[in-house]
Amino acid sequence: MKEFAYFPGCSLEKLATSYNLSALESTRKLGVNLKELEDWNCCGSTTYFHVDELLAYTLCARNLAQAEKMGLDLVTPCSACYKNTYFAAASFKRDPDLAEHVNFALEEDNLHFSGNTAVKHLIEVYVKDVGLEEIKSKVTKPLEGLHVAPYYGCQIMRPRKDHEDVEQPRFFEDLLAAIGATPVDYPLKMRCCGGSLLITSRKAAFSMVHDLLQCALDSGATLIATACPMCQVNLECYQQQVNQEFGTNFSMPILYFTQLVGLALGIPAKKLGIGKELVSLEPELLRVTKRQPAVER
Amino acid sequence: MNEVLSFNKEVANLLHAAEGSPTSACIQCGTCSGTCPVADYMDHTPRQLMAMINANMKEDVLASNTYWFCASCYHCMVRCPAEINITEVMYALKRYSIWQKKYREDLIGPVFSETFVKMIFNGGRSFEPVLAPTYIFGYGLSGFLQEVQTATGLMIKGRLPLLPARIKRLDNFKRMIGRIIPIGGLS
Repeated sequence: MKEFAYFPGCSLEKLATSYNLSALESTRKLGVNLKELEDWNCCGSTTYFHVDELLAYTLCARNLAQAEKMGLDLVTPCSACYKNTYFAAASFKRDPDLAEHVNFALEEDNLHFSGNTAVKHLIEVYVKDVGLEEIKSKVTKPLEGLHVAPYYGCQIMRPRKDHEDVEQPRFFEDLLAAIGATPVDYPLKMRCCGGSLLITSRKAAFSMVHDLLQCALDSGATLIATACPMCQVNLECYQQQVNQEFGTNFSMPILYFTQLVGLALGIPAKKLGIGKELVSLEPELLRVTKRQPAVER
Repeated sequence: MNEVLSFNKEVANLLHAAEGSPTSACIQCGTCSGTCPVADYMDHTPRQLMAMINANMKEDVLASNTYWFCASCYHCMVRCPAEINITEVMYALKRYSIWQKKYREDLIGPVFSETFVKMIFNGGRSFEPVLAPTYIFGYGLSGFLQEVQTATGLMIKGRLPLLPARIKRLDNFKRMIGRIIPIGGLS
C-alpha cells in the first residue's frame, strides 16, 4: 500500500473538517494510506512571510523534517500549506546557507532536514500516483448529470515549478470526468479567491468572490469543486455577505474534490463531512443519488 | 562609507534570496495590472508601483496600499515577460514596512499579520478566535453583525474551534524559534 506523511494544516482541524474527513476516507478507499505527521505546526500561511522570511522557512522545515524522519514523502490537501512547504524545500536545496541556519534551529526539536522529502498536493496524488484509470475503475456511483466548475485557485499551480502549463491545466476536469461528473468550462478557474483579503481588504475580496460565483453560474455549474480550504471558506461562508453587498441571490454549493470522489466511490455522505455546509447541496445530491441504490453502511 | 542606499537598491537587497529579474528590468507593459484581480482597489496598480520603485519614490511607495492589498496569488508573476518576481516584491515591501513601521495607518493587514505570528509562536497552530479582534471592530456595525452571523452558522455546524490547538512539543518549538528570532523580538 502506498503511504504518505500527511500534513493536514490548521484549517482542516475545524473550519475545513469535512475536507479532512473526506480526504482520509476517499484516499484510503483508493488504496493510499495517509499517516499524519506526529506533531505538525502551522505552515506560516501568508502572514509569516509578511513578517519574517527566515522564521517562515523554519516552520516549514520542521514539518519537512518530521516527514523525512518517517521516511515518507509529504502530502497536504491545503494549497497554502503546499505552496509554502514545496518552495521552502526547494529553497533549502538551492541555498545551503539557508538550510544550515534552519537546521541549527531544528536541533532544538531534535530534527534535521536534508532535502530527501518530496512535497505533493493531495490532488496530485489522485491524478498522478493513483491515476485516473484506477479511480475510474473503482467508481461505483458515477456522478452523472452533475455539472461541476473545477476551481483550481492559485497556489496549486502558481508560482510555476517547472515548465508545466499554468494557464490552462486540465487535470481537475479530467478527474471530475473520471468520477462521472460533467466539468464545465470555467474561465475563472485559475483566478484568486481573495485569500486573507477577506479579512484585511473586504471590499476587494467580496468583489473577487462575486466574480467567481457569477462566472460559475454563467458556465452552467450547479456546484464548484475546490482543492483548498481557503477557497472553500471564502466562496461558501461569505456568499451571504456577497449577496447583501451586490444584491445577488447566489446559493452555490462549494465542495472539496475529495467529497465528490468519495461519493462516486460509494462512501456514505456523512462520512465525507457532507452536511456541514452553510450552503446546502442536498437538492443537488438528491437529484444525482436518487437513481442509485441506497447508501451502504 | 555612509552612502545612503537608493530605494530601488534597497528593494533589490530585500530580494537577494529570490529568483527572478530586478525591478529595473520592468518594461512597463502592464501585464501585471491587467492580470491582478485586486488592481481596481489599489492606490496604484502593480505597474505603477514598479515605476515608482524604479524612480526611487520611497515615501509614496510605502504610503500606498498596493502591496498590502496583494493577495499573493502569483498570477502577475507567472505572466511577467521580464520575469520579475512581482509577488515577492510585494512581500518584501510588506516586511520592510513592518520593520520601518511605515504603512498606511488604516490598513488591517500589518496588525493582522503580526498578531498571527505571535499566535503561532504561542501555540504552534492557528486558532481563529484570537485573530478576530484585530479586524472585526473596523468593519462598522453592519459588517460586524454580518461576521457574527457567519460565525454563528459555522459554530452550529461544528466548524469553529472553541479551544486553542497546541502542538505537543511546544517548549522545543519555542526554543527553535528563539534560535531564529531572539525571545522578545516579536513583542
